[in-house]
Amino acid sequence: MNRVVITGLGIYSCIGSNLEEVKRSLYAGKSGIIYSPERKEFGYASALTGYVDRPNLKGQLDRRARLMMPEQAEFAYVSAKEAMQMANIDMDYLEKNEVGLLFGNDSSAKPVIEGVDIVREKNDTMLLGSGYVFQTMNSTVNMNLATIFKIRGINFTISAACASGSHAIGLGYMFIKNGLQDCIVCGGAQEVNVYSMSYFDSIAAFSTRETEPSKASRPFDRDRDGLVPSGGAASVILESLESAKRRGANILGEVIGYGFSSNGSHISNPTVEGPAKSLEKALKDAGIQPGEVDYINAHATSTKAGDSSEARAINSLFGSSRPYVSSTKSMTGHECWMAGASEIVYSTLMMQNNFIAPNINFENPDEDTAPLNIVTSTLDHEFDTFLSNSFGFGGTNSSLIVRKWKE
Amino acid sequence: MDSKIIQKINNLLVEEFEVDAESITPEASLKDTLDLDSLDYIDLIAITEANFGCKVKPEDFHSIATFGDFYNYIDAHTKVKELV
Repeated sequence: MNRVVITGLGIYSCIGSNLEEVKRSLYAGKSGIIYSPERKEFGYASALTGYVDRPNLKGQLDRRARLMMPEQAEFAYVSAKEAMQMANIDMDYLEKNEVGLLFGNDSSAKPVIEGVDIVREKNDTMLLGSGYVFQTMNSTVNMNLATIFKIRGINFTISAACASGSHAIGLGYMFIKNGLQDCIVCGGAQEVNVYSMSYFDSIAAFSTRETEPSKASRPFDRDRDGLVPSGGAASVILESLESAKRRGANILGEVIGYGFSSNGSHISNPTVEGPAKSLEKALKDAGIQPGEVDYINAHATSTKAGDSSEARAINSLFGSSRPYVSSTKSMTGHECWMAGASEIVYSTLMMQNNFIAPNINFENPDEDTAPLNIVTSTLDHEFDTFLSNSFGFGGTNSSLIVRKWKE
Repeated sequence: MDSKIIQKINNLLVEEFEVDAESITPEASLKDTLDLDSLDYIDLIAITEANFGCKVKPEDFHSIATFGDFYNYIDAHTKVKELV
């Protein structure tokens, strides 16, 4: 079995459009949440969202490439480029080696809706042109990045709701661990346009604390009233230790465990047992005891039921060791398909820079969240091992464990 | 042919295919100048229909070699001359 290491990170999120900006925001406990008048006008009950601008890629990518990219593919491109630069992987290396691409993505609403609007108005599909077909498919991020970066290895999209990005990294880890690939660009991407989250809003999933956007996402807090949607993209370069050493790459961390499970229950209501099983499997895969985990980056999205269930699951395994816990969604909002990847980026940045970012807005615990050791203000703390949880609709669960690199 | 139609066609092509306006002349090759692949022809059909109201059949491109040929094709088929 190969050891699997992280050699590159990239991020494009509402708390910063590159690693340096994001590191500063995490340390400062800065919220990226805004009130969007466009969403209110469109009909959202809650107009809160994390927001990122579409990057201007003219001059970086030719017309043909840009024409086929929805916004989440653009976000993913920016994050992948940053990660590849960090890993010292260039186009020459990509053309000569079998590098893979596994991205989490679970929607592409804007081109689907805008394209159908054109056809409805004119009753002629020819008016769509050539770009829409590549923008509308769920695998759009993969097909675009694989073309731009001349990917020659494993190449498909993981759709697992809000655990998509985490499973993408978990699968990348499995492919490399088992010797099937040497290097894979993993990640997650999430659109933020006005259409993308209307269906979530319709089931009253969102916080309605619209008068205080930066206080709306409050995972684990007694007075939480729902999640705040967000988006962008994150990339994580996974590589076999042998490949990283051969290239002389700077090793940032090692993925040592991947746990997964399915609740076998309700489509949206969480369980305690499902996440607990995912945590157990991650620990078993890593071959470590709960006490060896220093920090847990929780899935906690600021919903009543979800945070309670996760708190109970964490407490069932970590009740004795009580590692530090925070949900960076308190600052970023819920980055959905991207979250599992971005939270590996956030946590690795913290581990590299010896701090734990705060779970902002945690003011009062409730019965379920009180037992957790929640970090409420930035903690200067050196740590070696973290665990990151991601859970999604349909009961899909993923837990990843990353350790600081040592021989 | 109305020079306004030619100017409108050229402006659309410069914007859509991101080529220099100077590279477009009546004698120049449409395919080579715009660097058209099979998907680009779909975009050319779409912008022609959207802006001039005429549906170009893919096989019609067999007889459209130059920009001049393209101007003549649109001039002969457009239904929206009054909007130019």
